[in-house]
Amino acid sequence: MSDAFVELKNLTLSYDNSVAVPALDLAINEGELITLLGPSGCGKTTTMRAIAGLLSPTSGIIHIDGRDVTRVPANKRGIGLVFQSYALFPHLNAFENVAFGLRLQKLPDADIRSRTAEGLETVGLAGFDKRRPSEMSGGQQQRLALARSLVMRPKVLLLDEPLSNLDARLRLEMRTELQRVQKETGVTMVFVTHDQAEALALADRIVLMKAGRIEQLGTPAELYSRPRTAFAADFMGFENIFHTSGDTLVSSFGRLPVGYTAPSALLAWRPDAVTVGTGPHTGTITASSFAGGHREYVLQTPLGPLRADAPIAVAQVPIGQQISFDLPHQNARALAE
Amino acid sequence: MRHLANWSILGLTLLFLIGPFVIIILAGTSAGNNLAFPPEGMSMKWYLKVFTIESFRTSFALSMALAVFGTLAALVMGIPAAYALNRYDLPGAETVRTIVAAPIIVPGIIIGLALLRYMVVPLDVTVTMALFMAHTALVLPYAVRVVSSSMQNLRVDMEEAAVLLGCSRMQAFTKVVLPNIRSGVLAAFILGFVTSFNQVPVSLFLSGPGVRTLPIDMLAYMEITFDPSIAALSALLAFMSLAIVFIAERLLGFSKYV
Ligand SMILES: Nc1ncnc2c1ncn2[C@@H]1O[C@H](COP(=O)(O)OP(=O)(O)OP(=O)(O)O)[C@@H](O)[C@H]1O
Ligand SMILES: [Mg+2]
Repeated sequence: MSDAFVELKNLTLSYDNSVAVPALDLAINEGELITLLGPSGCGKTTTMRAIAGLLSPTSGIIHIDGRDVTRVPANKRGIGLVFQSYALFPHLNAFENVAFGLRLQKLPDADIRSRTAEGLETVGLAGFDKRRPSEMSGGQQQRLALARSLVMRPKVLLLDEPLSNLDARLRLEMRTELQRVQKETGVTMVFVTHDQAEALALADRIVLMKAGRIEQLGTPAELYSRPRTAFAADFMGFENIFHTSGDTLVSSFGRLPVGYTAPSALLAWRPDAVTVGTGPHTGTITASSFAGGHREYVLQTPLGPLRADAPIAVAQVPIGQQISFDLPHQNARALAE
Repeated sequence: MRHLANWSILGLTLLFLIGPFVIIILAGTSAGNNLAFPPEGMSMKWYLKVFTIESFRTSFALSMALAVFGTLAALVMGIPAAYALNRYDLPGAETVRTIVAAPIIVPGIIIGLALLRYMVVPLDVTVTMALFMAHTALVLPYAVRVVSSSMQNLRVDMEEAAVLLGCSRMQAFTKVVLPNIRSGVLAAFILGFVTSFNQVPVSLFLSGPGVRTLPIDMLAYMEITFDPSIAALSALLAFMSLAIVFIAERLLGFSKYV
């Protein structure tokens, strides 16, 4: 028996005979904030629905808080889920939306009132009691959905891309808000996103998924600096990934001898790990854009397009001009096939 | 030129639609003893007489009861049916939809005859029961269709959210689905009520001795007596239907469901 709070063992999830998630193993600690990260269709929502009990697994076991809940119905699991669409009740005002679950528990009226008010307060919606969801902004609706789940004091709170409908500023605000609520309440959270930056910013640990399987699991720092596979590296912003053959880089476009022996079958560079302005190779600039602290170039090279960030101090080179560059091996990340 | 043509078409259409209605109203105000247009003099006596005719009173009560309870029964069956058709990928859902639409397409005469020949006669049900079952069956397709369309934009995840907050599936239905389709259910009720109340062909076959719905009773009355009270009653009924639809439109924006 491990001491994980939520444990998925050999979990297989399918829809009408097509397997969406084959044999998933995952252990989540109490009070942890985990993000499920991965491209569209990789099984993030499917996994969450299984944890919540909305989808029964084809095989495998789900343990929550030391109990096998695999066959426990969704309304008896004590799990909160914030839907991507919020799924608020349009016929009820904000107060009644939040009080909905408490009323089902037949708590005394005074308790319902104080816990609902407290819930609205926590998400910064005090005074919005009488508003219908349709009379609230996207961000307010999202916070209302969060409050509705939080007041139930769930053992685990699942959030399915809850920030994806918000604009950039509000996202940032809500991100901080979520972290604060999580630290305050200590609730175990699973947060689904396909936004790499969001995952890095929020998570204690990131679960990177690909086609229903876990590609890599680790802290944001680990995933960011030490992705193990090309898929993980690509997701973490290593935009230049090349095969190697002895002392030569190989891509579908061509080859480039680099003068050092590659340590692995694949090497990857972030755009800022590519040197531009100096170096033994030359490429033609095909695109150039100003990005605040640096300038982003796309170079046409023997390896195909190469993305490179140049410090603003490097003089701007116009599109169509040649520029020298280097792919230094000390900046490269060695990847498994 | 185009303008003139448009206006005259509109005018003619309105004349054909509203003209008979106006004639009926005026015919009922006649002071004479024969149903005629233009009316012979003016009086309200036929409008008042309608209320004193005993058989109209009983058949009105029957029609009212059939319309109310038949429609309620149709909703009790139609709401779950609409829900199932919307929510689940049922085998044979297309067949159910076609069957449910059939009474809208098939002439009432045929339905009435079929019900008489294959239900009332072999099963030996009472005339009132037969009428009730027939009216329920007639209203059911409207109930399913109207409720269905109000369920269309109701997302499944709302029910799932309710379940995760502790509802059983049944509670999720009564606490989340029903309140959100309330106006559709009301619209279905009104449409069903009006359909049932004005139903002639099916009731014609099923009416028996002493048990008649109001429209059938009016036909029978006209065969014997040809006085303006029929026109007066028709006008009153038309006003009742108009009032119901008008109130419904005001309260619910009824027309978007039909
Ligand atoms: N109701 C369903 N019926 C059949 N297949 C489904 C259903 N829902 C999802 N799938 C399939 O299961 C796989 C995983 O879907 P899932 O919704 O879990 O992806 P996701 O990671 O949440 O993607 P996204 O980021 O787009 O939300 C996909 O291949 C999808 O096509
Ligand atoms: Mg999803």
